Parts: sequence; structure tokens; C-alpha cells
Amino acid sequence: MDNKELKRRANNIRKNIITMIYAAQSGHPGGSLSAADILTYLYFVEADINKDNVATYKRDRFVLSKGHSSPALYAVLKEKGLLEEDIRTFRQINSKLQGHPNMNYLEGVDMSTGSLGQGISTAVGMALANKLDGNAYRIYVLVGDGESEEGLVWEAMMAAAHYKLDNLCIIFDVNHLQIDGRVEEVMNPLPLDAKAKAFGFNVESCDGHDFEDLAKAFKKARETKGLPTAIIANTIKGKGVSFMENEASWHGSAPNEEQYHKAMAELDGRDE
Amino acid sequence: MAEELRNAYGKTLAELVRENPDIVVLDADLSKSTKTFEAKKVAPERHFNAGIAEANMMGMAAGLAASGKTVFASSFAIFAAGRAFEIIRNSICYPHLNVKICASHAGLSVGEDGASHQAIEDIAIMRVLPNMQVYVPCDAKETKAIIKHVAAIKGPCYVRMGRGKVDDVYDDNHEFHIGKVDVLKKGSKVCLFATGMMVQEALKARDILKEKGLEVTLCNISCLKPLDFEGVYNLASSHEYCFALEEHNIIGGLYGALSEALAPYALTKLFPIGVNDTFGESGKAKDVLIKYGIFAERIVKEVEDKVK
Repeated sequence: MDNKELKRRANNIRKNIITMIYAAQSGHPGGSLSAADILTYLYFVEADINKDNVATYKRDRFVLSKGHSSPALYAVLKEKGLLEEDIRTFRQINSKLQGHPNMNYLEGVDMSTGSLGQGISTAVGMALANKLDGNAYRIYVLVGDGESEEGLVWEAMMAAAHYKLDNLCIIFDVNHLQIDGRVEEVMNPLPLDAKAKAFGFNVESCDGHDFEDLAKAFKKARETKGLPTAIIANTIKGKGVSFMENEASWHGSAPNEEQYHKAMAELDGRDE
Repeated sequence: MAEELRNAYGKTLAELVRENPDIVVLDADLSKSTKTFEAKKVAPERHFNAGIAEANMMGMAAGLAASGKTVFASSFAIFAAGRAFEIIRNSICYPHLNVKICASHAGLSVGEDGASHQAIEDIAIMRVLPNMQVYVPCDAKETKAIIKHVAAIKGPCYVRMGRGKVDDVYDDNHEFHIGKVDVLKKGSKVCLFATGMMVQEALKARDILKEKGLEVTLCNISCLKPLDFEGVYNLASSHEYCFALEEHNIIGGLYGALSEALAPYALTKLFPIGVNDTFGESGKAKDVLIKYGIFAERIVKEVEDKVK
């Protein structure tokens, strides 16, 4: 898949993110948009997750540790043809599209997440299981930079390095914002690259919105043996919708009608 | 014979690990105390030490279980249930994953280590979690039966074990019906519902009361959730006075479970005998248990006070 096609897919995903949050009048656009390109690359290029294998755990798996970015996960599953549920039911009663992902409702959701720090820990368990079974599936987990303030993230990273889980790839979505403001001001978890390195990781840094850059990072991760990889993906919170970009206030609020149309018009414009 | 429940746990786990290649064991730097090292001897490649990081142990357990493994995760009750509570809730119970949390060193009988290590609230906080089953064996033989039971069923389970040796309640030929209330002695008017090490104390109390002319019914409740409602209902409706006996806070444990089950029917008078909503302290296990009222003579006194 060429970068032009990836961009088209990512833009569809962004439109669906906005649509479902607008329909629900609830949800987290900022971190979903910052993760959109990473997830696009993962599901359309990097990870082997498709219609034929999605029902089993014997495949590559993805854990959305920053579970509040569920719109990005649902949108990428939709784009990939792995989600039947109407995305407009997101966060509504009786929907499989829970505010934070539930693995028992949807085949493409590999872990129930939402409480920060836990997804990465479960991903370590999955990687251990794959090592134990001697198969070559890879486990990908997306962690927020704000999320990395949780101590459990570092317990998990310590264990991943200790057990030499080279089948584990942690992607940090470094968008520099959390609910209360800039991560550097609220509780600075940076620099993540030096910390990950000190914890025994292979570290790759990249532009989380540049598919060529992402490709290089994931390739190096795959080639790295004997230690896990952390990809520091530098991103922009709210990426793709100008008025949401770099605004902490768009962490967890839904657009009104005017903002919705403005956002969709911007994204439609990117298709051309 | 007297044996530590955790000893029975370790031996049973070793057997299970030998039989079932899908079982994985996790521990948090306490494998010699929780006895999971017995399983490590059999299958070292399937025993993972999480280090002193119980929260991550539970997260790893969830990930392993989500990959088809039956996971046994052990630590002291205070850390397994307490430190890792919210990971158990969100990553194990909510997704209904196949993790068996087998915790040792529960209750005041931890002794010398003191209140920081004496879990008196673990039954309460595990019992309140949707999808979680809660078991409290009373002796080594029942421990073995319960461990085999939880290994065979799907979904999250919490098994609570103490630190010290306890006398056998059951003989080698006993056929266990895990999940059911087990009536050990039949009497009338008074029924003692006991769990864990309180079963042995209740047996002693029963003998004392019998000598004094009161023959009480005594049953062992080793499955606190799901509670055997029918068994509990029948006993409550056929006895005037009932007592819930536990080495646990009287809030949220066995007394809580029985109260919740029986309150709507007003069948009997139900009284708690347990840790009276207070922290314990250091001391020899026996001394701590006596100071905080977890012993036979206290049971006798409570029964005599209430039953005129």
C-alpha cells in the first residue's frame, strides 16, 4: 500500500473518529486523532490482522493501552472491514462500541482497556505467551505520553526487558498533552527515549504522522532481537482538525454541530 | 495431621502443571512463601517471576490468559488482592479472563509481620467484583480439591489461604462438593457458619458447648461466591441463632455474604464473629488471634451471650 493510499485511509479514519464522537456527543478526539496515522500504518501495513485471522488470538495483536482513544481503534477496524457495528452507536446504550474498548464484544479488540497503564502490562503477558508457544506473532501496544505517568507502565517495561520480549513493540504516542495541560507541566514523564533505553529497550524515534518514518521505525523494531522495542512517535494532539490541534481542551470533549461541519469540511479538503 | 494450606497449594499446583501444558504460574518474589516454587521445579519454563510488582503480575496474568493460558498468580493476600485490586478489576474480571489468584498469608494469623501484612479485607474486595469467584479452604485436603476445582473452571477465581499449619478437618476419603455448604456436625437451635481456619476453632467450640449441654450445627462455607444459597437458606430457616465465623473483618466477608443472602427472609438471628473492624498487630499468630477474638473460647462466649 503506497503512502497516498495510506493517507486516504487515515483521512477516512479521522472522519469516522469525528463522526462517532459527534454522534455520541462524548468521547476523546484529541488522542484519537494523534494516533490515527500510527493505527493506519499498523493495521494496513505492519501487523497481520485480517478477516481470516481476527477471531483467533493466534496472530499479531494490538492493545490500545490508551483506551480512551477507542474511536481511533473502532475507525481503523471499520476501515479494515473488521467492524460491523454502526459507528454512530459509539458510547450509546446496547452498543458494542463501549466508551473504552471491551474485548468480549468485538473480535478485533484484543484487550479490554481504559484504565491507563494496564494495557501495556497485559501486552507483556501476551508477548510472554507467544514466546512460550514459540510462535512469531508480534504484539503491538499503544501507550500515551501522559499515560506513562502511571507506575505500572514502568513495571511492565521492566518485565518486558527482563524477559527479552523482542516480539513486543511499544509505541508511545507523544502528543505532549493530557487533560490538565502539557505533560511537561502536569507531571513530566519525558524524556521517554532515554528512560526506555535505560530500561533495556531498543528505542526508535519517529514522526508519528509520517508513514515513511513509521515504516523505518517498525522495520527496525522487527529486526531487533533479544530486546523489546519502544517507538517514540512524536505526534500532534488533534492532528488533522486545525482547531483541535495542540489544544488540551479537545482531550475529552465532543464537537458541536458547527464544529463538526467545520472539522469534516477540513478533512474532506484533505482528500483532494 | 496439620499442614499449611499453601503447602498443599504448591504440591497440587505442581501436579496440575505436570498434567496441563496450558497452565502458567506467576509469582511476585514470594515463590518460597506461596509455595509456587513447587510448580517451578516441575516446569521452570512456565513459572514467571514478576518481581516485587504485583500490579504488573496481574496485568501479565491477564495477557497470558487472553492468549489461551490458565494462569495461577500468587502473592500474599494483602498485595495480591490489595495492591493489584484495580488491575484485577479492569484487566481480569471485566474481560472475564482465566486467572486464578491464589493468595497466601491472609488474615491475622500472619502473626509477627503485623497489621501491614495481615489482610482482613481481601474477601470483601474480591467478593464485590463481578465475575470473580471466591474460595476459602479450611484444611490441606480441601485446598487441594479447591485448587483442582478452580483450575477446571473458566474465569477469575480468588483462593484465600493462611500462613500457618492447620489441623485436618477432612479425612483422605472425603468426597468434596466444592461450592456447596458442607454440614460437618448436626445440632439444633444454633448454627455456626465457619470459613477458613475458623472451621477448626468452631469444631473446638462445638465440643465445649456440647459439654455444657448445647449441641450446635456446624458447617463449612469454603465457597463465598457464588454462595450456595439453597444450603444457607435451609440451615438459616432451621436454626434460631446463626453465627458467621471468619478470620476477616466482620464487614464484607462471610458475615456480609450471609447477611446479603438472608436479610430479605428474616429467617434467623445472624451474628458476626470475626475481626471487629480493626487492624491487627505483631505477635505470635496464636497470641494475635486470641487478642482479636479469633478462637474457640470467644465463639463459645458469643454463643452463650446470645442464646439464653
